[in-house]
Amino acid sequence: MMDTLHDVLAPFGPQAGHVHALWMLTLAVCTLVFAAVLAALLIALLRAGRSNAQSAPDLSALGRPEPGRRHGVIAAVAASTLLLLALIAASIFTDRALAKLSTDGALRLEVTAHQWWWEVRYVEPQVADTFITANEIHVPTGRPVIVTLKADDVIHSFWVPSLAGKKDLIPGRTTTMNFRADREGAYRGQCAEFCGSQHALMAFFVVADPPERYEAWAAAQRRPAADPPPGQPLRGREIFMRSSCAMCHAVDGTSAQAVRGPNLTHVASRGTLAAGSLPNTPDDLKRWIADPQQIKPGTYMPATQLSSEDMDALVGYLQTLR
Amino acid sequence: MDQPRHTPASHLKDGPGRGSREAAALDATWRDPPGLMGWLAAVNHKSIARRFIVTTFGFFVAGGLLAFVMRLQLARPGSKLVGPDLYNQLFTMHGSTMMFLFAVPVMQAVTIYLLPLMMGTRSVAFPRLNAFAYWIFLFGGLMLYVVFFLGAGPDVGWFSYVPLAGPDFSPGKRTDFWAQMITFTELSALVEAIVVITTVFKLRAPGMTLNRIPLFAWAMLVTAFMILFAMPSVMLASTTLITDRLVGTHFYNPAEGGDAVLWQHLFWFFGHPEVYLIFLPGLGFISAIIPTFARRPMFGYTAMVLSLIATAFLAFGLWVHHMFAVNLPELGKSFFTAASMLIAIPSAVQIFCWIATLWSGRLNFKTPLLFVLGFFFILVLGGMTGIMLASVPLDLQVHDSYFVVAHLHYVLIGGAVFPLFGAFYYWYPKITGRMMSERLGRWNFWLFFIGFNLAFFPMHLLGLRGMPRRVYTYQAGLGWDTLNLVSTIGAVVIALSALLFVINAVRSLRRGALAGVNPWGAGTLEWATESPPPPCNFYAIPVVHGREPLWQGPRAVAEGGAPAFTHVSGLAADTREVLATTVLDARPDLRVNFPDPTIWPLVSALAVTALFLGSIFTPWAVVWGSIPIAIALTAWFWPRHSETAVHLSLERKP
Amino acid sequence: MTAATLRLAGTAVLALACAMAMGGCEREMRRFETPPDNRASPHPDAPRTSALQPAEPRGDPVRQPAGNGEGYEGNAYNVAQGKRLYRWYNCAGCHAQGGGGMGPALTDDQWRYGSEPAQIFSTIMQGRPNGMPSFGGHLSEDQVWQLTAYVRSMSGQLKKDVAPGRADSLQANEPEAARDREPARPGTK
Repeated sequence: MMDTLHDVLAPFGPQAGHVHALWMLTLAVCTLVFAAVLAALLIALLRAGRSNAQSAPDLSALGRPEPGRRHGVIAAVAASTLLLLALIAASIFTDRALAKLSTDGALRLEVTAHQWWWEVRYVEPQVADTFITANEIHVPTGRPVIVTLKADDVIHSFWVPSLAGKKDLIPGRTTTMNFRADREGAYRGQCAEFCGSQHALMAFFVVADPPERYEAWAAAQRRPAADPPPGQPLRGREIFMRSSCAMCHAVDGTSAQAVRGPNLTHVASRGTLAAGSLPNTPDDLKRWIADPQQIKPGTYMPATQLSSEDMDALVGYLQTLR
Repeated sequence: MDQPRHTPASHLKDGPGRGSREAAALDATWRDPPGLMGWLAAVNHKSIARRFIVTTFGFFVAGGLLAFVMRLQLARPGSKLVGPDLYNQLFTMHGSTMMFLFAVPVMQAVTIYLLPLMMGTRSVAFPRLNAFAYWIFLFGGLMLYVVFFLGAGPDVGWFSYVPLAGPDFSPGKRTDFWAQMITFTELSALVEAIVVITTVFKLRAPGMTLNRIPLFAWAMLVTAFMILFAMPSVMLASTTLITDRLVGTHFYNPAEGGDAVLWQHLFWFFGHPEVYLIFLPGLGFISAIIPTFARRPMFGYTAMVLSLIATAFLAFGLWVHHMFAVNLPELGKSFFTAASMLIAIPSAVQIFCWIATLWSGRLNFKTPLLFVLGFFFILVLGGMTGIMLASVPLDLQVHDSYFVVAHLHYVLIGGAVFPLFGAFYYWYPKITGRMMSERLGRWNFWLFFIGFNLAFFPMHLLGLRGMPRRVYTYQAGLGWDTLNLVSTIGAVVIALSALLFVINAVRSLRRGALAGVNPWGAGTLEWATESPPPPCNFYAIPVVHGREPLWQGPRAVAEGGAPAFTHVSGLAADTREVLATTVLDARPDLRVNFPDPTIWPLVSALAVTALFLGSIFTPWAVVWGSIPIAIALTAWFWPRHSETAVHLSLERKP
Repeated sequence: MTAATLRLAGTAVLALACAMAMGGCEREMRRFETPPDNRASPHPDAPRTSALQPAEPRGDPVRQPAGNGEGYEGNAYNVAQGKRLYRWYNCAGCHAQGGGGMGPALTDDQWRYGSEPAQIFSTIMQGRPNGMPSFGGHLSEDQVWQLTAYVRSMSGQLKKDVAPGRADSLQANEPEAARDREPARPGTK
């Protein structure tokens, strides 16, 4: 499995960084208040005398005001109010800081969430340069990213804890979120809105590369799949086209252009399979293709029943799709 | 039915105490008829409340067992104990049970028992409607569990977001059963709210002015008003969901002009006040327990009342904080941040007033007080995480993660369940006549407190480390393994503590020390009568002179120095006659004839159940199902000669 | 409350509950496992009767149906999957939302090649002359049975509580659950 980061308390971009700062402030204030309330309670428990059910109740307070106590309560409420107002202000300032992320020269992505995988379209100024991938997003470090968020079926939520807060993807609505990854690394994200049987295994990765490595990756992604070498991989492509694979998956450069499942043109270049559920190894790929229900019960991908030679050929072909 | 023969112009009036002819007549009048039919036809508030409390507690145990299985599944990564379909049903049933079948109903059930005793009267208002509310609740809850046990439980979360819960993505009738359960339970809650409001306003002992009623009664009054305004929103939501699924309306279909976010607004407009419906009664319990165990009246009564009211109003202005991740205008969201933070202020007022009361009191460290102290720790911690979640940027990181699961359990269990357990230990002697075991009570408390923190504190960290909610499994190596295991161990400890409670409650029924009238030395009126109370609650209606009637007694003779009245008498002893008083000053106002036990609330509830169940399958059930309901309601209201004869004679010769 | 009355009450409740939900067990089941394709079909394989196939054509014959689609038509999850597959695999391209166009209507009572589940299964697997592609080998049999169940719901053949409700899309016609049952009439239009 990819070695990844996914921690609200380990921010690697400005958006997550602003939230982290607010978190530290709020944690400090809340801990202080909690400790103060508990201390007051503890002192009250320790200094109050003891009694039992027969002890006469103290009715002296009836009709006579208790100025000392009243001032104490008022002071405590006033202090709490001031602290709350401060936290409200801090929250609003953080909101503003988040909104001020510069989007000059931003990379534009369109993420469409499906049950239970992520479709990612890179929107380029030249339409011919647009490419589609799935479940693994590469971005250059230090460059802002504007992600347009759509949902194909039910509500999902795009959440990469180390980079930014989440945003819901709602059918019928289009929205955007911005972030920037400042450090190289692989940041794990996961769907954060209950979306059905396989909500639990709907992860994705944001891989931040230095700009040159990103450009190399993007150039490779733009290229259609090369013809596989003759022999087993070529036979694997035939199997791909003639089995149920081509009914849902696209491989650019072939006649398989369906959009119901993840685009597989460069599937071998990804670190994981099945929305982060499996490492991308031949054995895992075989297990997944042979019976997806064993790994993600409820998934819409049907089982593909092939002889072991045919399965080897198919997987061999898929491995050429870098 | 074994009722005394009604003779017109009866001479027996209430007033004399136990042992007299009048007291025997009162007992015969107010007790339930014998046998199975008598049990089904009972309308005495204590009978209804006892079975209501037991039923809600049964749902609590069921919901807890569901959660226990969930925790077993999540104890290890990649566990195959429970698959996704069953897990989704488990967490949907757990949430729905706890929110709709336990948390709000149990508070109403306890109120239905206590309120007339606290107010110094013989019945709740509308006793037959009260019985109807119980039956409707029971049938709705049973329906949900029958469906679950048959493998068709709802599986889209207790909040049932569309489009996942819509006709396209939730095939079959699972979600329809959930939506109809909402209809059952919200009807029950609305009816009980009407009963509570009317009881508090009109059925108080003479002299119990509105600013002398116990803080618990204020909490339940405010809660009841909140129910009136909040429940219609979810009833509308669930009804539109049913019509979308059953007859093809387009409320939630974006392609035809609907909007998935409409559901969220309608649901959370109810859903946020819902948690305050659960929280406010808990505050009422605390306000009842602390004065008794601090041996002094509550500090800051007026501030407490105003805080309850302020909380109720503010609670309706917070709902969008459940929707911060939706693309709504940012400025609007900031308003809800401010409101969500400011609602902490009235709660803070209450906390500080309680601390002030404890500070200046003399403490009796019995089990009810222990649970109150547990409340302070857990609820305040939950309130702190609530402040964190109120901020939009912070929420956008931890929304829909285990951080929220931790928060909600800290505030709901800390804010409502701990006070509820304290209340059980406090009022168990009154209800049953026996004391619960103090030793078992302490074990119960400490196991619950430790188990709870062990189970739920790690969830804060899990959320911060990226673990989303509502996941049936997770992969190894993400840093979530150990925390999940610790949480499951905590769940085991909680289960043990619940078991201890049940053992304590059952054993003490036979073996507990006899409680006597006022074992805690408390000051409110329910402690003025026997334990358990006689069927008529009080043989003579007390007159109240202060906020703590038993502590102040008839000493309050401020006006003129003449001795004050202690009781009023003159209500009929051989028919169910109740004294209604004015709203503000509780001056005697009306003598109202309350109904005898009758089977028609149960029959009406069955008829309504048939309509609700039928309308899951066909819209025509609404038409045809109305006929049995009309018949049942007609029979319900049809006057009976014997009753009318007695009422007329009482009008002529009161 | 005697023990006898409690027992009686308990039995009544249980009976009522079972009766009420008996239709529900099969309807609500969700089987998240891959059913084995009917390797043991008693019938020999059948030839494809259409030259059209999706993606790239296969040369092999298709399997005949084993059984008449038991377990699919009474199960709401399978019918809903069929509805999804109808959309995913663009059946509407020829059959529209059931009203037909290039292909015949599926909502009416005319069934050129038979309306039984096994017959519809064969139609999908083998294809038919004049345009119906042969999907055998390109879809799993589980998927074809799901499609079959959905197709039958389009003419109101399924029970009302199993048939799908409205889709989250533009509405072309009433939800399948609201359609009256069209009795099958074989023969050409």
